[in-house]
Order: sequence, then C-alpha cells, then structure tokens
Amino acid sequence: MRQFIAALLFVAAAHAAGDAHAEAGEYLSRDAFLEATLETADPASDVVWLDEVLQERATEILGHAPGMLRARYWYSSGRTAWVFDEIGKERPITMGVVIEDGTIRDFRVLTFRESRGWEIRYAFFTRQFDGLGLDGDGELDATIDNISGATLSVRAARRVANLALVLDDVARRTNTKIASTR
Amino acid sequence: MRIYPFTLVIALLLAAPAQGQTPSLEEVWAIVQQQQREIDALKQQLATTEAELAEADRQIEATGDYVESLAVPATAESGTHIGGYGEVHYNNLDAEDPANDLDQVDFHRFVLFFGHDFTDRVRFFSELELEHSLAGDGAPGEVELEQAYVEFLLTDTLSAKAGLFLLPIGLLNETHEPPTFYGVERNSVESVIVPSTWWEAGATLSGHNDAGLSWDLALHSGLAMPTDGGSAFRVRSGRQKVAEALASDPAMTARLAYTGIPGLSLAASLQYQSDPSQVGGDGLDSGQLIEAHAAYRVGGFSLTGLYARWDFDGTAVEAAGADTQTGWYVEPSYRIATDGRWGFYGRYEDIDGARTQDQYSQWELGFNYWPVDDVVLKFDWRSREHSLSAESGRDFDGFDLGVGYQF
Repeated sequence: MRQFIAALLFVAAAHAAGDAHAEAGEYLSRDAFLEATLETADPASDVVWLDEVLQERATEILGHAPGMLRARYWYSSGRTAWVFDEIGKERPITMGVVIEDGTIRDFRVLTFRESRGWEIRYAFFTRQFDGLGLDGDGELDATIDNISGATLSVRAARRVANLALVLDDVARRTNTKIASTR
Repeated sequence: MRIYPFTLVIALLLAAPAQGQTPSLEEVWAIVQQQQREIDALKQQLATTEAELAEADRQIEATGDYVESLAVPATAESGTHIGGYGEVHYNNLDAEDPANDLDQVDFHRFVLFFGHDFTDRVRFFSELELEHSLAGDGAPGEVELEQAYVEFLLTDTLSAKAGLFLLPIGLLNETHEPPTFYGVERNSVESVIVPSTWWEAGATLSGHNDAGLSWDLALHSGLAMPTDGGSAFRVRSGRQKVAEALASDPAMTARLAYTGIPGLSLAASLQYQSDPSQVGGDGLDSGQLIEAHAAYRVGGFSLTGLYARWDFDGTAVEAAGADTQTGWYVEPSYRIATDGRWGFYGRYEDIDGARTQDQYSQWELGFNYWPVDDVVLKFDWRSREHSLSAESGRDFDGFDLGVGYQF
C-alpha cells in the first residue's frame, strides 16, 4: 500500500512541476521550420487548388478524403515547403516537407501528439525520407523502414511525404515563379 | 495638364477624314480633353475591378477556410477519440486423442478504445473488451476493462501514467491489434509465460531520448497465483485483472528499449513480484521475470525472437518443479515488397510452463493478407508436440483461419 501511495504522490509531484495547459509536443513552429529550410524569414506563398482529379489522387494517397480545398505552400531558392496534419492513430501529427528538384530535401515533425510512435520525430527516422521522389506510379520510390510499435505514425509520415511530392509537381507546373527563385 | 502625343495623333487622323478639313486647335483640344476623361474613367473602372477581384479572392479564401473547417475529423477537434479492433477465428485441429479435437469458430475479441484529452498534457485512455462474444453466467466469454489510465506528459521526453495499464513486457502485450502480427492465435510464449494480455493497476514513469533509447518503470499490483489444484503455479491463472484484487504485495516492472535504427527493435524487461500468491508462508515467496526480444526488418524480410523466463522462490514451488518456467520463439517472415499486401511467416516455439500441458514445442506456418492496411485475413497451419508422453493425447496438427481489423 505504501508503494502505491508513493507512486501516486510521485506522479502528482512530477506533474505539478510542469504546466498542464502548455501545448505539448510542438518542437518546431511553422515559421521556424520555413525559415530553417527555405533560408528566408519571409518566403513567398501560394496555393494548389485540389480539383476533382487531385481530390481523388489525395484520397488515394491518404486513404481518406484530404479535408481541404487547397494546399498552401511556401517557396524560395527553388524549393517548396508544405505543412500538413495527418492522424497516426488518434491525434494529428504536424509534418513539414521541403522539396527540391522533385525529391525530398527535408522532412520534419513539427508537432507530435500521439501516445505511441514518438520515434518518428527524430532524425534517425526522418532522414530516411531524404532524397526520395516519386516512382512511375506516383508513389514513394523507396521503402521507409517501420518502427516497431509505431506503425500507424510511420504510415502517416509516408502518406504526407507522398502527397507533398505530388502537389509539388502540380505547383511547379502552374507557378513558374518557383523556378525563378533559385 | 498632360497631353498624350499618341492620343493627339490618333485624334487628328480620325478627325481629319471625317470632317474633310483640318480641325482647329480648339477642336483638337476638345478631343484631347474628351479622351483624357475617358482614360480617367477607365482607370477608375480598373481600380474598382481590382478591388472587386481582391474582395472576391478574400471571399473565396474565407469560403475555403470554412468548408475545410467542416471537413476536419470531429475526433481530432473534440478531444475525444474512439477506436477499436476485433478478430474472429476458426480452428480446425486434429489431436492425437480425438477427445481433444477442436472444430470451432469464435469471435475471440471485440475491443473498443475510448480516450479523451483534458488538456494537451493530461489525457485519458481506455480499452474495453468482450471476449468470446458472449458473457454472463455459463457463457464462455468475459467483459474486461484492459486499460483505463490517465497519462501526464511531464516534458517532451517524459511521461507518467496512473490507473490500470498494460505492462511493458514483450512484443504483444502493448501492441496486439490483429493486423500487427502473424498467426490467427497469438504466440504461446506470450500467453503461457508472459500472460498477455496482462494489465495491472499502479503508476508508470516513461522516458526516451533522441538516440532512440527509452525506458519505463512501473509500480503496480501483483499476481495472485494458485499454489494448489490443477493450475498450481500457473502464471496465467495468477492475473487478478484489477477486480477487487489483493494488493498487499505489489510488483515492479522495468523495461529498457532501443528503436534508434529504423527496422530494428531491441528490448528487455525485468519484473519483481514481492509475493506472487499474495499469501505469506505458502511456499511461493517471490518471483522474477526476465523477458528480452529483438526484431529486425530489412526490405521485406523480418526476423523476430523472444525469450522469457520466470524464477520463483519458495519451498512449495520448488517441490512442484515449477520454480523455473521458460519459453522462447523465433519467427522469420517475408512481406512481398511489390505491394506489401501479402506476408508469409514461420514460427517455432518452445514452452516450459507449470502445467504439464503447457510444456510443448510448436511449429507454425502461414500467411497474412491485408486487403487494406487495417484489415487482415489470416491462415496458418500448426503442429504441437508435448514434452511428456502423458500429454501426447493433446498433440495436434491443424489449421486456423482468421479475420481481423483495427480502426
């Protein structure tokens, strides 16, 4: 009995030392992500409108309707940057993808809110995305190794990377200013 | 006042043939002024159009924002989450003694998850399970509360739980949704030796770092294993399931895990039971469980291995020869890389539990087919051979079919 009381007191004391209302899991703000990856504090931005064809493609990639009419992106130095929320198991994970020359230059987890799968926020996992592009079927051209116990979070990351690459291709065909920022 | 030369020339060219004579300076001046008024009017119209376009853009953006806000999944916004999994099994086993044949279909597990985020850092999670489809007097199943705890995110790398939770031991105990493992039935080691699904009440502290190293330390309720009868010293029979459980002798579990290389998982758990029967002086005084596992995947190939061992102290458990109980398995598998929808596996297990019927080896071969990521169809063939000839009537060969899902 004494051990249980000690355990509960410990949890209470540890929690009291923290802030119960602070936002959890945000490691990188969107602005900080854009500045770090596009190398400018004020990148240009535009949107890709998801027409019927793109809605269908996004649904195919995500496994559910994308829940957006347009996808905003930022661009500078010939790169585009995309930020999406995608649910792993229960809670949205905010992920940022930077693309240059049709391949992923940077993949970061900005906010992680899930109970399991914390591994995907760290470089030992995200660096697997570096240099990935699309294959002939419009899917990632290399496999991403799973993390045991984090399957759903890994899957969410893979979906976001795939979607960003597809939208980058559309953005570059409709916005010639992206190439001119190189 | 500005006079536009181009306008002036045009005006003169147009005016001259029409009138058949050169216009006077006053007439040219009047034409220029008329043209200027029209230019000003056009400029005004252009400015108005641009303003209207900007307003239309703003309205489109606002409409887009609103429509998208309606499309956000309700569970992500409300802070309350639901999920679940389930599996139905068909077993067709031919035993050495026909009395032990098995030909049955069973909705083995129907599970619902409910969670709620009180704040970003304080949240609740629960798992409610109906086993074998029907519960009640004389029915084969049970309704079980397998998880119900409050989690506190203390920092970005440290968290605590209090309540009823799954113990951090083995591969299956915490992650056992059917699409995540091979085989219709769960492996025997994590049933006989590690009595999954195994939950207790207490508190846990967990942490991790950016190298992929993590740890858990839990103080929780203990086992209450029987010391006589047909299930004497059987670990699985010692689970109290936090149902008015005896709590005089708690237990402690620690786990260290490494997942810093994608595809690789290494973990070891250690548990100490201060009195696994919750009864003093009955010949079962204390117990320690060691469990270790490794899983490595490269491309479509995976290799998984797990070892678990109990050591009990006490005169009665030693006299019964149940003071050491062990089990291990190794499982190679291959998931076809082209579409990832098919996976094939083999498994060999060796079990040495307390009961003689829990002392056997088993071969298993089979496949999983995932029509979509969260749904699985399973088939396997099993062959079990007991260590003692007295139990050979329980030896069997047979196959299993299963359907599972998670959401």
